[in-house]
Amino acid sequence: MNPIYVRRRRVDTVIRLLCWAAALFGLVWLGMILFSLLWNGLAGLNFSVFTEMTPPPGQTTGGLANAIAGSLIMSFLGIAIGAPLGLMAGTWLAEYGRHDKLATVIRFINDILLSAPSIIIGLFIYGLVVVPMGGFSGFAGALALAVIVIPVVVRTTENMLHLVPNTLREAASALGMPRSFVIRRIAFRAARAGILTGILLATARVAGETAPLLFTSLSNQFWSLDLTNPLANLPVTINNFVQSPYAYWKQLAWTGALLITFAVLSLNIAARLIGGETTRK
Amino acid sequence: MSASATQTPKSKIDIRNLDFYYGSSKALKGNSLQLLEHQVTAFIGPSGCGKSTLLRVLNRMYDLYPGQRATGQVLLDGKNILEPGVDVNLLRSRVGMVFQKPTPFPMTIYDNIAFGIQLYETLPKSEMDGRVEAALKGAALWNEVKDKLNASGQSLSGGQQQRLCIARTVAIRPDVILFDEPCSALDPISTSKIEELIDELKANYTIAIVTHNMQQAARVSQKTAFMYLGELIEFDDTDQIFTAPRQQRTQDYITGRFG
Repeated sequence: MNPIYVRRRRVDTVIRLLCWAAALFGLVWLGMILFSLLWNGLAGLNFSVFTEMTPPPGQTTGGLANAIAGSLIMSFLGIAIGAPLGLMAGTWLAEYGRHDKLATVIRFINDILLSAPSIIIGLFIYGLVVVPMGGFSGFAGALALAVIVIPVVVRTTENMLHLVPNTLREAASALGMPRSFVIRRIAFRAARAGILTGILLATARVAGETAPLLFTSLSNQFWSLDLTNPLANLPVTINNFVQSPYAYWKQLAWTGALLITFAVLSLNIAARLIGGETTRK
Repeated sequence: MSASATQTPKSKIDIRNLDFYYGSSKALKGNSLQLLEHQVTAFIGPSGCGKSTLLRVLNRMYDLYPGQRATGQVLLDGKNILEPGVDVNLLRSRVGMVFQKPTPFPMTIYDNIAFGIQLYETLPKSEMDGRVEAALKGAALWNEVKDKLNASGQSLSGGQQQRLCIARTVAIRPDVILFDEPCSALDPISTSKIEELIDELKANYTIAIVTHNMQQAARVSQKTAFMYLGELIEFDDTDQIFTAPRQQRTQDYITGRFG
């Protein structure tokens, strides 16, 4: 056989093995994390986790009900505040600001915000809301999460709208459609799955955030839905419990971690499924 | 031949001394010509000659992009559409456009048609059904899609998609239809269907078509404009252009010596 070709085949085999090894190396850790989460988390997973409050030190009964509720409320509020803002900003960048120099500046700032450490965002809200309001609150926590949501949604919205072919916009305009109509009825429609995926991924991102909540919502040992007071939440509870010497707290932390991971995983899978819909079309 | 051929055709669009700029580069240089009512006017010329640019002036499509501007006059039924006060959306509802690439909207076949109508009219369902049917029949697509009006417009073949776009344009009852290389992405059978359609449409509309295919220009048009480097070199009856052009450059182009 041609020696150049033989050599090429040999190189191909080696590279392919290396790629497999690299993929395996990455997956092993992920598998181990999921496995230890399942192993340790499932042991403590029972009905009372969802119905009982976080226990005081020493108590060996109790659950995560207040933390789960708090996390759901703050994540929901964070998305409810952040997603529309991000959506509109992303729309402006992709549609109206396309030829605007200001768009470049905004995009740059958004990228900085996107990669800002979340603890900085927590401190920012601490200074902006917690200090003037005189205390930690669920509202401040939701705001911090919203600030994390905004750049993610801005980015995905802009990218998804950029993927909508310009010919579609021209075709819509050619029917005599006003600009806002073209955007809402045609561009959004064509980019719908991608934009929704972005919002879901942003939800997944904030669901597990700990740092911004440490300085804003803190935590609460009791059942509370009052947004003006500290609100319990899973990430901070896990953080507190894991550092404690109590076995039952540690067990609850594992279970809480399992719940968050499961929620984030579900959101990611949902995002995948919705995103997949567009590519099939 | 349609009845209109026997009367003296009326001028529908009167282009006077039209210049066009992309930023600082001049793409059209002092073009003047008239599009006659119920006729097909073809624009031919090598790539970059400005024929598509000229077409995009007629519905002010260029307005979507900053830095593009036109000077001169374009009179639609005697009114200058380049004037600042003109409502471009109303203009575009009178001057429809079909693009090179079929562009069905991401919605059902029915909605693709109904959507444009709803922009300007509120119709009861039964009447809307009638309009959609009439538009699809007008675009020779009805028989192929009548059983799947709720299927996605994007599920159709390329040729069907293009006819859907024509139906969509016809549905809002424009006066003028602009075709920007409507067949260049289509197979020969779809192409001949579209050409037949254009021939039928001229009974009710004034039509301008940009094409790279000279046989197509000869087949569908009554008037042909040959453009080169932003200038209108020759504008005459299609028969005249293709059998005895007066300009050497026209002769060279249609015989394939350059372009």
